[in-house]
Amino acid sequence: MKEIHVDRIVEALEQLCLEANYDLGEDIMASFRRARESEASPLGKEVLDRLIENAQVAHDERVPMCQDTGMTVVFVEVGQDLHVVGGALTDALNEGVRRGYEKGYLRKSVVKDPFDRVNTGDNTPAVIHYNIVAGDRIRLVVAPKGAGSENMSALKMGKPSDGLEGVLQFVVDTVDKAGGNPCPPIIVGVGVGGTMEKAALLAKKALLRPVGEHHPEERLAKIEAELLERINKLGIGPQGFGGTTTALAVNLEVYPTHIAGMPMAVNIGCHSTRHKGVTLEGREA
Amino acid sequence: MAEIKRIETPLTHEMVAGLKAGDNVLINGVVYTARDAAHKKMVEALSRGEALPFDVKDQIIYFVGPTPAKPGQVIGSAGPTTSGRMDAYSPTLLALGLTGMIGKGLRSAEVIEAMKKHGAVYFGAIGGAGALIAKCIVAAEVIAYPELGPEAVRRLIVKDFPAMVIIDSEGNNLYETGKAQYRRA
Ligand code: SF4
Repeated sequence: MKEIHVDRIVEALEQLCLEANYDLGEDIMASFRRARESEASPLGKEVLDRLIENAQVAHDERVPMCQDTGMTVVFVEVGQDLHVVGGALTDALNEGVRRGYEKGYLRKSVVKDPFDRVNTGDNTPAVIHYNIVAGDRIRLVVAPKGAGSENMSALKMGKPSDGLEGVLQFVVDTVDKAGGNPCPPIIVGVGVGGTMEKAALLAKKALLRPVGEHHPEERLAKIEAELLERINKLGIGPQGFGGTTTALAVNLEVYPTHIAGMPMAVNIGCHSTRHKGVTLEGREA
Repeated sequence: MAEIKRIETPLTHEMVAGLKAGDNVLINGVVYTARDAAHKKMVEALSRGEALPFDVKDQIIYFVGPTPAKPGQVIGSAGPTTSGRMDAYSPTLLALGLTGMIGKGLRSAEVIEAMKKHGAVYFGAIGGAGALIAKCIVAAEVIAYPELGPEAVRRLIVKDFPAMVIIDSEGNNLYETGKAQYRRA
Protein backbone atom coordinates (compact mmCIF):
# COMPACT_ATOMS: atom_id res chain seq x y z
CA MET A 1 0.00 0.00 0.00
CA LYS A 2 1.24 3.50 -0.82
CA GLU A 3 1.66 6.16 1.83
CA ILE A 4 1.57 9.92 1.95
CA HIS A 5 2.77 12.04 4.86
CA VAL A 6 0.43 14.82 6.02
CA ASP A 7 3.27 17.36 5.66
CA ARG A 8 3.00 17.09 1.89
CA ILE A 9 -0.73 17.73 2.11
CA VAL A 10 -0.22 20.81 4.30
CA GLU A 11 2.30 22.22 1.82
CA ALA A 12 0.09 21.52 -1.16
CA LEU A 13 -2.92 23.15 0.48
CA GLU A 14 -0.95 26.24 1.44
CA GLN A 15 0.20 26.65 -2.15
CA LEU A 16 -3.27 26.11 -3.60
CA CYS A 17 -4.74 28.82 -1.33
CA LEU A 18 -2.28 31.33 -2.79
CA GLU A 19 -2.67 30.28 -6.41
CA ALA A 20 -6.45 30.22 -6.23
CA ASN A 21 -6.56 33.79 -4.93
CA TYR A 22 -3.81 35.28 -7.12
CA ASP A 23 -4.30 33.52 -10.44
CA LEU A 24 -7.68 33.64 -12.12
CA GLY A 25 -8.28 30.62 -14.37
CA GLU A 26 -7.32 30.99 -18.03
CA ASP A 27 -10.82 29.78 -18.92
CA ILE A 28 -12.40 32.76 -17.17
CA MET A 29 -9.87 35.21 -18.61
CA ALA A 30 -10.64 33.91 -22.09
CA SER A 31 -14.37 34.24 -21.47
CA PHE A 32 -13.88 37.87 -20.31
CA ARG A 33 -12.19 38.58 -23.65
CA ARG A 34 -14.98 36.91 -25.62
CA ALA A 35 -17.62 38.75 -23.63
CA ARG A 36 -15.82 42.02 -24.22
CA GLU A 37 -16.37 41.54 -27.95
CA SER A 38 -20.03 40.52 -27.70
CA GLU A 39 -21.18 42.89 -24.93
CA ALA A 40 -23.66 45.48 -26.23
CA SER A 41 -23.25 48.07 -23.48
CA PRO A 42 -20.21 50.39 -23.71
CA LEU A 43 -20.17 50.61 -19.92
CA GLY A 44 -20.33 46.82 -19.75
CA LYS A 45 -17.29 46.59 -22.03
CA GLU A 46 -15.47 49.05 -19.82
CA VAL A 47 -16.22 46.91 -16.75
CA LEU A 48 -14.93 43.79 -18.53
CA ASP A 49 -11.71 45.65 -19.41
CA ARG A 50 -11.25 46.55 -15.75
CA LEU A 51 -11.81 42.92 -14.71
CA ILE A 52 -9.17 41.72 -17.17
CA GLU A 53 -6.79 44.39 -15.89
CA ASN A 54 -7.56 43.47 -12.27
CA ALA A 55 -6.82 39.79 -12.83
CA GLN A 56 -3.54 40.69 -14.52
CA VAL A 57 -2.47 42.95 -11.64
CA ALA A 58 -3.29 40.20 -9.14
CA HIS A 59 -1.29 37.64 -11.10
CA ASP A 60 1.73 39.89 -11.72
CA GLU A 61 1.96 41.39 -8.25
CA ARG A 62 0.99 38.22 -6.34
CA VAL A 63 -1.95 39.85 -4.56
CA PRO A 64 -5.52 38.59 -4.17
CA MET A 65 -7.72 39.49 -7.15
CA CYS A 66 -10.57 40.18 -4.73
CA GLN A 67 -10.49 41.27 -1.08
CA ASP A 68 -13.05 38.61 -0.22
CA THR A 69 -10.69 35.67 -0.24
CA GLY A 70 -13.60 33.60 0.88
CA MET A 71 -14.39 30.72 3.11
CA THR A 72 -12.11 27.94 1.94
CA VAL A 73 -13.98 25.07 0.36
CA VAL A 74 -11.82 21.99 -0.21
CA PHE A 75 -12.75 19.01 -2.36
CA VAL A 76 -10.74 15.91 -1.58
CA GLU A 77 -10.69 12.68 -3.55
CA VAL A 78 -8.80 10.05 -1.61
CA GLY A 79 -7.75 6.84 -3.29
CA GLN A 80 -8.84 3.88 -1.21
CA ASP A 81 -5.41 2.31 -1.57
CA LEU A 82 -3.56 5.29 -0.14
CA HIS A 83 -2.56 5.49 3.52
CA VAL A 84 -2.25 8.97 5.05
CA VAL A 85 0.42 8.98 7.76
CA GLY A 86 1.79 11.45 10.31
CA GLY A 87 -1.52 12.87 11.52
CA ALA A 88 -5.17 13.41 10.76
CA LEU A 89 -6.04 14.41 7.20
CA THR A 90 -8.63 17.00 8.25
CA ASP A 91 -6.12 18.67 10.58
CA ALA A 92 -3.59 18.78 7.76
CA LEU A 93 -6.06 20.46 5.41
CA ASN A 94 -6.92 23.09 8.01
CA GLU A 95 -3.23 23.67 8.76
CA GLY A 96 -2.64 24.26 5.07
CA VAL A 97 -5.45 26.83 5.00
CA ARG A 98 -4.09 28.51 8.13
CA ARG A 99 -0.60 28.85 6.65
CA GLY A 100 -1.77 29.85 3.21
CA TYR A 101 -4.03 32.62 4.48
CA GLU A 102 -1.32 33.96 6.79
CA LYS A 103 1.59 33.83 4.36
CA GLY A 104 -0.43 34.94 1.39
CA TYR A 105 -1.83 38.07 3.10
CA LEU A 106 -5.32 36.74 2.47
CA ARG A 107 -8.29 38.04 4.42
CA LYS A 108 -9.51 36.04 7.38
CA SER A 109 -13.23 35.94 6.81
CA VAL A 110 -14.51 33.14 9.05
CA VAL A 111 -16.38 33.59 12.33
CA LYS A 112 -16.37 30.83 14.90
CA ASP A 113 -20.08 30.85 15.54
CA PRO A 114 -22.92 32.17 13.40
CA PHE A 115 -24.51 33.86 16.43
CA ASP A 116 -21.50 35.20 18.39
CA ARG A 117 -19.61 36.08 15.19
CA VAL A 118 -16.09 36.22 16.57
CA ASN A 119 -13.44 35.86 13.84
CA THR A 120 -11.34 32.69 14.13
CA GLY A 121 -8.36 34.75 12.95
CA ASP A 122 -6.92 32.21 10.54
CA ASN A 123 -9.75 31.47 8.10
CA THR A 124 -10.23 27.97 9.49
CA PRO A 125 -12.11 25.74 9.58
CA ALA A 126 -12.37 24.97 5.91
CA VAL A 127 -15.51 23.39 4.48
CA ILE A 128 -14.26 20.00 3.35
CA HIS A 129 -15.98 17.55 1.01
CA TYR A 130 -14.43 14.08 0.98
CA ASN A 131 -14.92 11.48 -1.65
CA ILE A 132 -13.34 8.04 -1.61
CA VAL A 133 -12.31 6.83 -5.04
CA ALA A 134 -10.44 3.94 -6.59
CA GLY A 135 -6.64 4.12 -6.78
CA ASP A 136 -3.72 5.22 -4.64
CA ARG A 137 -3.55 8.95 -5.22
CA ILE A 138 -5.12 12.00 -3.55
CA ARG A 139 -6.63 14.95 -5.38
CA LEU A 140 -7.02 18.28 -3.61
CA VAL A 141 -9.04 21.18 -4.99
CA VAL A 142 -9.22 24.50 -3.16
CA ALA A 143 -12.19 26.70 -4.06
CA PRO A 144 -12.37 29.88 -1.93
CA LYS A 145 -15.94 31.18 -1.95
CA GLY A 146 -16.88 34.80 -1.36
CA ALA A 147 -20.11 35.69 0.39
CA GLY A 148 -21.33 38.22 -2.17
CA SER A 149 -22.19 35.48 -4.60
CA GLU A 150 -22.75 32.69 -2.07
CA ASN A 151 -25.48 34.74 -0.38
CA MET A 152 -27.41 35.00 -3.65
CA SER A 153 -27.56 31.23 -4.08
CA ALA A 154 -30.81 29.33 -3.54
CA LEU A 155 -32.30 25.91 -3.02
CA LYS A 156 -35.82 24.73 -3.71
CA MET A 157 -37.49 21.42 -2.99
CA GLY A 158 -39.74 21.39 -6.03
CA LYS A 159 -42.39 18.93 -7.16
CA PRO A 160 -41.94 16.46 -10.02
CA SER A 161 -44.76 18.32 -11.78
CA ASP A 162 -42.54 21.44 -11.90
CA GLY A 163 -40.67 19.68 -14.68
CA LEU A 164 -37.89 21.18 -16.73
CA GLU A 165 -39.66 24.52 -17.14
CA GLY A 166 -40.04 24.86 -13.37
CA VAL A 167 -36.32 24.36 -12.92
CA LEU A 168 -35.43 26.82 -15.68
CA GLN A 169 -37.72 29.44 -14.15
CA PHE A 170 -36.23 28.94 -10.69
CA VAL A 171 -32.70 29.40 -12.00
CA VAL A 172 -33.56 32.51 -14.03
CA ASP A 173 -35.53 34.06 -11.14
CA THR A 174 -32.66 33.43 -8.71
CA VAL A 175 -30.23 35.23 -11.01
CA ASP A 176 -32.71 38.06 -11.67
CA LYS A 177 -33.25 38.68 -7.97
CA ALA A 178 -29.50 38.73 -7.32
CA GLY A 179 -28.99 41.69 -9.69
CA GLY A 180 -25.58 43.28 -9.27
CA ASN A 181 -24.93 41.79 -5.82
CA PRO A 182 -22.89 38.72 -6.85
CA CYS A 183 -20.46 40.72 -9.03
CA PRO A 184 -21.67 39.78 -12.50
CA PRO A 185 -20.68 38.45 -14.96
CA ILE A 186 -21.36 35.32 -12.99
CA ILE A 187 -20.97 31.59 -13.44
CA VAL A 188 -24.12 29.71 -12.54
CA GLY A 189 -23.82 26.27 -10.97
CA VAL A 190 -27.05 24.28 -11.08
CA GLY A 191 -27.70 20.96 -9.34
CA VAL A 192 -30.92 19.01 -9.90
CA GLY A 193 -31.91 15.74 -8.27
CA GLY A 194 -30.73 13.62 -5.37
CA THR A 195 -31.74 14.91 -1.95
CA MET A 196 -31.59 18.41 -0.50
CA GLU A 197 -27.86 18.38 0.29
CA LYS A 198 -27.00 16.43 -2.85
CA ALA A 199 -28.55 19.09 -5.09
CA ALA A 200 -26.61 21.82 -3.28
CA LEU A 201 -23.35 19.93 -3.58
CA LEU A 202 -23.93 19.24 -7.27
CA ALA A 203 -24.45 22.97 -7.83
CA LYS A 204 -21.25 23.80 -6.01
CA LYS A 205 -19.25 21.16 -7.87
CA ALA A 206 -20.64 22.42 -11.16
CA LEU A 207 -18.72 25.65 -10.55
CA LEU A 208 -15.47 23.71 -10.81
CA ARG A 209 -16.09 22.82 -14.43
CA PRO A 210 -14.09 25.09 -16.75
CA VAL A 211 -16.03 27.92 -18.38
CA GLY A 212 -16.69 27.00 -21.99
CA GLU A 213 -16.83 23.27 -21.33
CA HIS A 214 -20.37 21.94 -21.70
CA HIS A 215 -22.02 18.95 -20.14
CA PRO A 216 -20.95 15.80 -22.03
CA GLU A 217 -24.58 14.72 -22.40
CA GLU A 218 -26.09 16.63 -25.26
CA ARG A 219 -29.57 17.05 -23.79
CA LEU A 220 -28.07 18.60 -20.65
CA ALA A 221 -25.69 20.76 -22.67
CA LYS A 222 -28.75 22.10 -24.50
CA ILE A 223 -30.41 23.02 -21.23
CA GLU A 224 -27.24 24.86 -20.19
CA ALA A 225 -27.30 26.80 -23.46
CA GLU A 226 -30.95 27.70 -23.07
CA LEU A 227 -30.43 28.87 -19.51
CA LEU A 228 -27.44 30.98 -20.51
CA GLU A 229 -29.47 32.64 -23.23
CA ARG A 230 -32.39 33.39 -20.94
CA ILE A 231 -30.12 34.75 -18.21
CA ASN A 232 -28.29 37.01 -20.62
CA LYS A 233 -31.61 38.46 -21.76
CA LEU A 234 -32.29 39.71 -18.23
CA GLY A 235 -30.28 42.86 -18.95
CA ILE A 236 -28.38 42.90 -15.62
CA GLY A 237 -25.01 43.03 -17.36
CA PRO A 238 -21.48 43.40 -15.98
CA GLN A 239 -21.70 44.73 -12.40
CA GLY A 240 -25.45 45.14 -12.80
CA PHE A 241 -24.92 48.38 -14.78
CA GLY A 242 -27.00 46.96 -17.65
CA GLY A 243 -25.82 44.82 -20.55
CA THR A 244 -25.89 41.51 -22.33
CA THR A 245 -23.26 39.64 -20.29
CA THR A 246 -24.89 38.69 -17.01
CA ALA A 247 -23.44 35.17 -16.98
CA LEU A 248 -20.36 33.69 -18.60
CA ALA A 249 -21.58 30.10 -18.26
CA VAL A 250 -24.25 27.86 -16.81
CA ASN A 251 -22.96 24.51 -15.61
CA LEU A 252 -25.62 21.90 -14.84
CA GLU A 253 -25.22 18.61 -13.00
CA VAL A 254 -27.97 16.08 -12.34
CA TYR A 255 -28.40 13.00 -10.17
CA PRO A 256 -31.10 10.32 -9.75
CA THR A 257 -33.79 11.39 -7.32
CA HIS A 258 -36.80 10.12 -5.37
CA ILE A 259 -40.07 9.36 -7.16
CA ALA A 260 -41.66 12.23 -5.24
CA GLY A 261 -38.73 14.65 -5.43
CA MET A 262 -37.40 17.50 -7.56
CA PRO A 263 -34.65 19.18 -5.51
CA MET A 264 -33.00 22.07 -7.36
CA ALA A 265 -30.10 24.25 -6.28
CA VAL A 266 -28.40 27.28 -7.77
CA ASN A 267 -24.91 28.18 -6.58
CA ILE A 268 -23.86 31.52 -7.97
CA GLY A 269 -20.17 31.98 -8.66
CA CYS A 270 -18.91 35.52 -9.19
CA HIS A 271 -16.42 36.56 -11.86
CA SER A 272 -13.75 35.62 -9.29
CA THR A 273 -14.80 31.96 -9.30
CA ARG A 274 -11.56 30.54 -7.98
CA HIS A 275 -10.36 26.96 -7.87
CA LYS A 276 -6.98 25.32 -8.09
CA GLY A 277 -6.19 21.65 -7.74
CA VAL A 278 -3.33 19.19 -7.55
CA THR A 279 -3.02 15.41 -7.55
CA LEU A 280 -0.42 13.90 -5.23
CA GLU A 281 1.12 10.45 -5.65
CA GLY A 282 1.82 8.25 -2.66
CA ARG A 283 5.18 6.58 -2.08
CA GLU A 284 5.79 2.85 -1.50
CA ALA A 285 5.65 2.22 2.22
CA MET B 1 -17.17 56.85 -22.49
CA ALA B 2 -19.13 59.78 -21.17
CA GLU B 3 -17.35 62.64 -19.49
CA ILE B 4 -15.77 61.82 -16.14
CA LYS B 5 -16.44 64.05 -13.13
CA ARG B 6 -13.73 64.59 -10.52
CA ILE B 7 -14.96 64.98 -6.97
CA GLU B 8 -12.99 66.29 -4.00
CA THR B 9 -14.28 65.32 -0.57
CA PRO B 10 -15.95 66.50 1.64
CA LEU B 11 -19.06 65.82 -0.44
CA THR B 12 -21.31 68.83 0.12
CA HIS B 13 -25.03 68.98 -0.61
CA GLU B 14 -24.34 71.23 -3.60
CA MET B 15 -22.05 68.57 -5.05
CA VAL B 16 -24.59 65.85 -4.33
CA ALA B 17 -27.27 67.75 -6.22
CA GLY B 18 -25.03 67.89 -9.29
CA LEU B 19 -24.50 64.12 -9.46
CA LYS B 20 -26.84 61.99 -11.56
CA ALA B 21 -27.30 58.22 -11.83
CA GLY B 22 -24.99 56.94 -14.54
CA ASP B 23 -22.29 59.58 -13.98
CA ASN B 24 -18.75 58.33 -14.09
CA VAL B 25 -16.72 59.87 -11.27
CA LEU B 26 -13.21 59.90 -9.85
CA ILE B 27 -13.24 60.44 -6.10
CA ASN B 28 -10.37 62.28 -4.39
CA GLY B 29 -9.66 62.96 -0.74
CA VAL B 30 -10.77 61.32 2.50
CA VAL B 31 -13.23 58.42 2.62
CA TYR B 32 -13.98 56.22 5.62
CA THR B 33 -14.37 52.46 5.57
CA ALA B 34 -16.99 50.49 7.46
CA ARG B 35 -18.84 47.25 6.86
CA ASP B 36 -21.24 45.02 8.79
CA ALA B 37 -19.66 44.84 12.24
CA ALA B 38 -18.51 48.49 12.28
CA HIS B 39 -21.96 49.71 11.22
CA LYS B 40 -23.54 47.70 13.99
CA LYS B 41 -21.13 49.16 16.54
CA MET B 42 -21.65 52.71 15.31
CA VAL B 43 -25.41 52.52 15.46
CA GLU B 44 -25.23 50.90 18.92
CA ALA B 45 -22.93 53.70 20.10
CA LEU B 46 -25.48 56.26 18.90
CA SER B 47 -28.30 54.51 20.72
CA ARG B 48 -26.26 54.74 23.95
CA GLY B 49 -25.89 58.47 23.32
CA GLU B 50 -22.18 58.18 22.46
CA ALA B 51 -20.39 59.93 19.61
CA LEU B 52 -19.39 58.20 16.39
CA PRO B 53 -15.68 57.53 15.81
CA PHE B 54 -15.75 60.21 13.11
CA ASP B 55 -18.19 62.94 12.10
CA VAL B 56 -20.19 61.58 9.17
CA LYS B 57 -21.42 65.00 8.00
CA ASP B 58 -20.58 65.52 4.32
CA GLN B 59 -18.48 62.35 4.32
CA ILE B 60 -18.36 59.20 2.21
CA ILE B 61 -18.35 55.70 3.68
CA TYR B 62 -16.82 52.93 1.59
CA PHE B 63 -18.19 49.45 2.37
CA VAL B 64 -14.99 47.42 2.29
CA GLY B 65 -12.98 44.92 4.30
CA PRO B 66 -9.49 44.85 2.74
CA THR B 67 -6.98 42.01 2.75
CA PRO B 68 -3.91 42.58 4.96
CA ALA B 69 -1.29 44.84 3.33
CA LYS B 70 1.85 43.14 2.14
CA PRO B 71 5.11 44.81 3.21
CA GLY B 72 5.42 47.97 1.14
CA GLN B 73 1.69 48.20 0.35
CA VAL B 74 -0.60 50.93 1.72
CA ILE B 75 -3.49 48.48 1.86
CA GLY B 76 -4.29 45.03 0.51
CA SER B 77 -6.94 44.30 -2.11
CA ALA B 78 -9.88 46.56 -1.40
CA GLY B 79 -12.98 46.19 -3.56
CA PRO B 80 -16.52 46.95 -2.40
CA THR B 81 -18.68 44.52 -0.44
CA THR B 82 -22.42 43.96 -0.93
CA SER B 83 -24.17 47.11 0.31
CA GLY B 84 -27.53 45.52 1.08
CA ARG B 85 -26.16 44.22 4.38
CA MET B 86 -25.72 47.82 5.51
CA ASP B 87 -29.32 48.76 4.65
CA ALA B 88 -30.46 48.36 8.25
CA TYR B 89 -27.93 50.96 9.41
CA SER B 90 -27.50 53.45 6.56
CA PRO B 91 -30.67 55.53 7.18
CA THR B 92 -29.43 56.41 10.69
CA LEU B 93 -26.12 57.68 9.31
CA LEU B 94 -27.79 59.51 6.42
CA ALA B 95 -29.96 61.35 8.95
CA LEU B 96 -26.73 62.56 10.60
CA GLY B 97 -25.49 64.08 7.35
CA LEU B 98 -23.64 61.28 5.57
CA THR B 99 -23.70 62.26 1.88
CA GLY B 100 -22.03 59.37 0.08
CA MET B 101 -21.76 55.60 0.20
CA ILE B 102 -19.61 53.38 -2.01
CA GLY B 103 -20.45 49.71 -2.40
CA LYS B 104 -21.94 47.23 -4.82
CA GLY B 105 -25.39 45.84 -5.33
CA LEU B 106 -28.99 46.73 -4.58
CA ARG B 107 -30.25 49.06 -1.82
CA SER B 108 -33.57 48.90 0.03
CA ALA B 109 -36.47 51.28 -0.50
CA GLU B 110 -35.85 52.68 3.02
CA VAL B 111 -32.26 53.61 2.15
CA ILE B 112 -33.31 55.26 -1.12
CA GLU B 113 -36.01 57.22 0.71
CA ALA B 114 -33.46 58.40 3.29
CA MET B 115 -31.06 59.41 0.50
CA LYS B 116 -33.75 61.52 -1.13
CA LYS B 117 -34.81 63.06 2.15
CA HIS B 118 -31.34 63.98 3.38
CA GLY B 119 -29.55 64.43 0.05
CA ALA B 120 -27.03 61.65 -0.59
CA VAL B 121 -25.67 59.52 -3.42
CA TYR B 122 -24.82 55.85 -3.70
CA PHE B 123 -21.75 55.06 -5.74
CA GLY B 124 -20.85 51.67 -7.17
CA ALA B 125 -17.24 50.57 -7.40
CA ILE B 126 -16.32 47.54 -9.49
CA GLY B 127 -17.04 44.55 -7.28
CA GLY B 128 -14.22 42.07 -7.25
CA ALA B 129 -11.65 44.44 -8.74
CA GLY B 130 -9.88 44.59 -5.39
CA ALA B 131 -6.32 44.46 -6.69
CA LEU B 132 -6.91 47.33 -9.11
CA ILE B 133 -8.87 49.55 -6.71
CA ALA B 134 -6.12 49.26 -4.07
CA LYS B 135 -3.87 51.28 -6.38
CA CYS B 136 -6.11 54.35 -5.94
CA ILE B 137 -5.71 54.29 -2.16
CA VAL B 138 -2.70 56.37 -1.17
CA ALA B 139 -3.07 56.30 2.62
CA ALA B 140 -4.90 54.13 5.13
CA GLU B 141 -5.11 54.38 8.90
CA VAL B 142 -7.27 52.45 11.37
CA ILE B 143 -9.19 55.01 13.44
CA ALA B 144 -11.67 52.82 15.34
CA TYR B 145 -12.53 49.26 16.33
CA PRO B 146 -9.09 47.73 15.59
CA GLU B 147 -10.35 44.52 17.22
CA LEU B 148 -12.54 43.98 14.15
CA GLY B 149 -9.49 43.31 11.95
CA PRO B 150 -10.54 43.65 8.31
CA GLU B 151 -13.79 45.22 9.51
CA ALA B 152 -12.11 48.04 11.49
CA VAL B 153 -12.98 51.64 10.57
CA ARG B 154 -10.23 53.14 8.43
CA ARG B 155 -9.60 56.63 7.20
CA LEU B 156 -8.43 56.38 3.61
CA ILE B 157 -7.04 58.98 1.27
CA VAL B 158 -7.96 58.12 -2.30
CA LYS B 159 -6.72 59.49 -5.59
CA ASP B 160 -8.87 59.23 -8.69
CA PHE B 161 -10.90 56.39 -7.23
CA PRO B 162 -13.22 55.26 -10.08
CA ALA B 163 -16.91 54.88 -9.31
CA MET B 164 -20.33 55.17 -10.92
CA VAL B 165 -23.26 57.06 -9.50
CA ILE B 166 -25.79 54.24 -9.10
CA ILE B 167 -28.53 56.03 -7.17
CA ASP B 168 -28.70 59.82 -7.05
CA SER B 169 -30.41 62.12 -4.56
CA GLU B 170 -33.61 62.11 -6.61
CA GLY B 171 -33.81 58.32 -6.43
CA ASN B 172 -32.84 57.64 -10.07
CA ASN B 173 -31.31 54.18 -10.14
CA LEU B 174 -28.81 52.96 -12.74
CA TYR B 175 -29.49 49.33 -11.75
CA GLU B 176 -33.07 49.80 -12.94
CA THR B 177 -32.49 51.96 -15.99
CA GLY B 178 -29.43 49.97 -17.15
CA LYS B 179 -31.27 46.69 -16.80
CA ALA B 180 -34.39 48.01 -18.54
CA GLN B 181 -32.31 49.21 -21.46
CA TYR B 182 -30.89 45.75 -22.21
CA ARG B 183 -33.71 43.52 -20.99
CA ARG B 184 -35.23 41.29 -23.65
CA ALA B 185 -36.97 38.83 -21.33
S1 SF4 C 1 -18.85 38.25 -5.05
FE1 SF4 C 1 -16.86 37.43 -5.69
S2 SF4 C 1 -15.84 39.06 -6.84
FE2 SF4 C 1 -17.55 39.95 -5.68
S3 SF4 C 1 -16.63 40.69 -3.79
FE3 SF4 C 1 -17.42 38.64 -3.39
S4 SF4 C 1 -15.72 37.23 -3.81
FE4 SF4 C 1 -15.21 39.20 -4.72
